Amino acid sequence: MSIIQKTATEQLALLRSGEITSVELTQAYLNRIHQVEPAIGAFLRVESEAALTQAAEVDRKRETGEPLGKLAGLPVAIKDILCTKDTPTTCGSKMLENFVPPYNATVVEKLQAADAVILGRTNMDEFAMGSSTENSAYHPTQNPWDTSRIPGGSSGGAAACISADMAPLSLGTDTGGSIRQPAALCGCVGLKPTYGRVSRYGLIAFASSLDQIGPLAKTVEDVALLMEVLAGHDALDSTSVDTPVPAYSGSVHQPLESLTLGVVNQHFGAGIDAEIEAAVKQAIATYTSLGATIKNIEMPHADYGIATYYIIAPCEASSNLARYDGAHYGYRTDHAELVEDGTDEGPLVRMYRKTRSEGFGAEVQRRIMLGTYALSEGYYDAFYLKALKVRRLIRQDYDNAFGEVDMIIGPVTANAAFSKGEKTSDPMAMYLEDLYTVTANLAGVAGISLPCGFTKSGLPIGLQLQAAPFQEEKLLRAAQMFQNATDFHTRRPEL
Amino acid sequence: MSLTRQDVEKVALLARLRFDDAELDKITEHMVQIVQYVDKLSELNTEEVEPMAHALDIHNALAEDELRPSLLRDEVLKNAPKHDGEYFLVPAVLGE
Repeated sequence: MSIIQKTATEQLALLRSGEITSVELTQAYLNRIHQVEPAIGAFLRVESEAALTQAAEVDRKRETGEPLGKLAGLPVAIKDILCTKDTPTTCGSKMLENFVPPYNATVVEKLQAADAVILGRTNMDEFAMGSSTENSAYHPTQNPWDTSRIPGGSSGGAAACISADMAPLSLGTDTGGSIRQPAALCGCVGLKPTYGRVSRYGLIAFASSLDQIGPLAKTVEDVALLMEVLAGHDALDSTSVDTPVPAYSGSVHQPLESLTLGVVNQHFGAGIDAEIEAAVKQAIATYTSLGATIKNIEMPHADYGIATYYIIAPCEASSNLARYDGAHYGYRTDHAELVEDGTDEGPLVRMYRKTRSEGFGAEVQRRIMLGTYALSEGYYDAFYLKALKVRRLIRQDYDNAFGEVDMIIGPVTANAAFSKGEKTSDPMAMYLEDLYTVTANLAGVAGISLPCGFTKSGLPIGLQLQAAPFQEEKLLRAAQMFQNATDFHTRRPEL
Repeated sequence: MSLTRQDVEKVALLARLRFDDAELDKITEHMVQIVQYVDKLSELNTEEVEPMAHALDIHNALAEDELRPSLLRDEVLKNAPKHDGEYFLVPAVLGE
């Protein structure tokens, strides 16, 4: 087995014992990227030189006995939505093509403090809006299991680089499923933490009440390792919660002594693919054999999740993306000083409209339009306020469920990875991809996706576990129990 | 609730976006479809339900009023499409 096929946890042990150096490990990944990236397109930029410099610095520190951080020497890929000082951060958009942040996101500072090696920036749907990474303004990303298919999104690059062994760890963001869905479709593990568990400072905002940063990796223990570094309160994000961070990687191998899992009947209604249903039901049976108790639970408002989400998220997006005005940073139209164009608008409004129409892609514009409409006079109560009320009902469903069970078990997606172009002309079909994932964001609970099988045609299938707020430690332990009993996470695509 | 092409044009101005005729047809069609779908929420009686704007029970997060480092002007202007070293430059907005 080559070094890049090992897990991050195994690589860390080899780095600590001196059997490999960070430069060797980083170079092995750069070689792999050189070999398979042309077929996958997981990265927007690979930062080879900076990565090797960082790796050499970690090796030097180790050699001289200086104190080292928790991820010392491990390469990490970063979704291109997280601001990194003096490093281009595009958010997958032409709008930010030339944007070079003057500050670091808190999670980037944390990675640096942990002595991680930043390998590069991964591809994504523009402003994290999408479920296939086809909305990237730069190039699509291919699913490593079948390059004619999409990797999921919006963190498609973050998931694809893990399953193609181009990075051992990566950071994604999840607003409605953008970590869990690509993790499921690419056959890796992805955690969406509780809202408030990880600082959002320096995360380019899409929907501020839903966005969370989280880890992706090949295994649950690797996700636990990275999560331990990411989590925690931050004075720069007033919605980050000041509650202690458990030692996730220390406890992940302790099986839970008692575990009650809730199954929601609607999850297996019309629309779910038979192979997905069978794999998830088999996973439930695996938990039963591990001693878990299974209970049927009601989530009466689950079917309203997508409608609620596709009001709230666009409303927040239309407000957040108002900042792209062509004046302060980002793209500005170069239409020669905005000559009279026959409209009765002044030059400033013309600049805004041209800049934004040229800088944003179609999906981003669609969501800005939906949000602006839903917040406009006469419609606010019927759409936005109504959605906030249904959001409360969805949260109450979760609160009631977690009164009865420790976690909810079910599918991540209704189907395996779909073909490129299959849903690009039908936004509603694309939105329904998030059916099983959006409610966790609306309610602010934690969710994890882990491999639980393959279709006959060889595409990965994901299992979702959801837990009450700030129960990541238990969630990871439960996921590890499944991984100990199965080998789906060990399979890799042939590339 | 019906959404017309004229409504969409008005929203485009509010959103500071602009669409040509073909794009306007397409986005109107998509918006009508999505608005019809989300109207599903009107099935629910929510009269007694408190709206939930976000998932945390945090209302005011207060911080001490103390000096901390902030970004320097040069660093901020560096990303501006146009500036003169002191100010952001935009097209003339008065005089029409």
